[in-house]
Amino acid sequence: MTLNEICKPENLVYKKTSLLTDKVMHYCPGCGHGTIHRALMEVVDEMGLQDKTIGVAPVGCSVLAYDYMNVDMQEAAHGRAPALATAIKRLMPEKFVFTYQGDGDLAAIGTAETIHCCNRGEPILMIFVNNAIYGMTGGQMAPTTLEGMKTATSPYGRDVHKVGWPLRITEMIAPLNGVWSVSRHTVHTPAAVQKLKRAIKKGIEDSMAHKGTCFIEVCSSCNSGWKLSPVDANKWMAEHVLEYFVPGDIKVDGQMVR
Amino acid sequence: MEDLRLMKGNEAFAEAAIRAGCDGYFGYPITPQSEVMEYLMKEQPENRTGMVVLQAESEVSSINMVYAGAACGKRVMTSTSSPGYSLMQEGISYIAGAELPCLVLNVVRGGPGLGTIQPSQSDYFQATKGGGHGDYRLIVLAPSSVQEMADFVGLGFDLAFKYRNPVLMLADGVIGQTMEKVVMPPQRPRFTEEEIRRNTPWATVGKSIDREHNIVTSLDLQADSQERHVLHLQEKYNEIEANEVRCEQIKCEDAEYVLVAYGSSARICQKAVDLLRAKGIKVGLLRPITLWPFPTKEIQALVPHVKGFMSVEMSLGQMVEDVRLAVEGKVKVEFFGRCGGIVPAPEEVVHAVETKLL
Repeated sequence: MTLNEICKPENLVYKKTSLLTDKVMHYCPGCGHGTIHRALMEVVDEMGLQDKTIGVAPVGCSVLAYDYMNVDMQEAAHGRAPALATAIKRLMPEKFVFTYQGDGDLAAIGTAETIHCCNRGEPILMIFVNNAIYGMTGGQMAPTTLEGMKTATSPYGRDVHKVGWPLRITEMIAPLNGVWSVSRHTVHTPAAVQKLKRAIKKGIEDSMAHKGTCFIEVCSSCNSGWKLSPVDANKWMAEHVLEYFVPGDIKVDGQMVR
Repeated sequence: MEDLRLMKGNEAFAEAAIRAGCDGYFGYPITPQSEVMEYLMKEQPENRTGMVVLQAESEVSSINMVYAGAACGKRVMTSTSSPGYSLMQEGISYIAGAELPCLVLNVVRGGPGLGTIQPSQSDYFQATKGGGHGDYRLIVLAPSSVQEMADFVGLGFDLAFKYRNPVLMLADGVIGQTMEKVVMPPQRPRFTEEEIRRNTPWATVGKSIDREHNIVTSLDLQADSQERHVLHLQEKYNEIEANEVRCEQIKCEDAEYVLVAYGSSARICQKAVDLLRAKGIKVGLLRPITLWPFPTKEIQALVPHVKGFMSVEMSLGQMVEDVRLAVEGKVKVEFFGRCGGIVPAPEEVVHAVETKLL
């Protein structure tokens, strides 16, 4: 059987969504960002919301997310994405507004914006990608870097007594009254990606229905920053990262479940 | 019938914003401009025009809300005072880089640091020379009356959208707090989404099938294209310098000496001019209305006819540098200023002219 014989419409089982552009992604092989971008854009596509969607990109590895996501996007200053999303949603309440942020962006420099956006209950979807390291700037310590983990700025391992403990900001914002749903996911297995997509769909529906802030953390590996092969990075994540940042629902429909 | 009111400058600014068809105000309280948001919260413009008013968690946040609203093609604004304006510099640099139209009011108080809550003009450098990082300019309007606090709102939005550039109104505590008569402008409608899609096709209001997705960003990782972008900004700034200089000249026709002053200093100097003329000294006043672009040519046109200039400021000498650049050493340029929140009396200006300029 030749390639041309296989490439027929009736054999098509999977197609790239048109909500991802054809631009070649700059992410390292093994990085979770591409998968998370795809999951988000596939759901927006399936829900027919391209013309109603405005996204906010962060500063960090996904700073160029706007080049890949085929929806209207704004680039925020480092950490300010929730402030941008607040204004967009307030000025155009009928739109679907999301932020896409990393751990340095959302949980360090943008902590104030994150907490106050959630506390106001801005009806947006926040996607928080936690890879426990600053990838773009070359692997420095993040607020979510695990205890003992070696990075460029914690070369002898994170000493929690000197620099504090890895911050579970997701658990911090969950009890806020304005927050409607909070869950933690991964993308290191196909089943996990499907689970993430279901959470994204619910988050879009609920934020569009003005229930409150919907917050999804995705633990993602950074094999370049962790200096592991992609396969080993996923293993290391399952064994170490997910021990501390435990996946699952934290708040469902306004009720704490953990 | 004209709509005549007696209002504080800050209140006039707020009411004028509603009438300018402003879509959103995002602010954080700070003296001496808190009346702006207080007025808006009391007035509830969402019921009048649909305008959004939100108290943010910080000036850092409020200016970034302005960035986002402007990126949606909306008329958005904020107001603050000096320490808050310093916090906004990051956002303003991004707004300038992304070429977004918006209006920012700085009701200046004395610095540096936490300084004082009294009126000052010590943020001139920050307003006209940059403030944030990068090669950029703001259009800077300097109101000297409550009437101008109202009038410059509509003008500011028009200039902002004409050039896709942030506009700063640089007032001071005197202008913000003083009550004066003010004629309110008529109500303008807010932009509809159709108008936004037509007039600001770059705005992020949702990708329609007839265009590519819109991206608002100030990032360009390639040095050659970033240089092209900065050169494009420079061309725009050159156009603004050629077309948008505004100033007022009072009794300059026969003047031998000219005071240069803006904002409330110009009001004080107006009185000083009268006092000096009563003594037989022919003094005029040039009041820059745009601090950037600066009325360089207007000052240069006076140089052949006058013996000297004096820049009068509530600072220790900031605008005087632009006056000296304009005069190019051809005649004397002196300076008089008070600082730290002190508002000089007209008699002090008279004394300074008599002792330094004559």
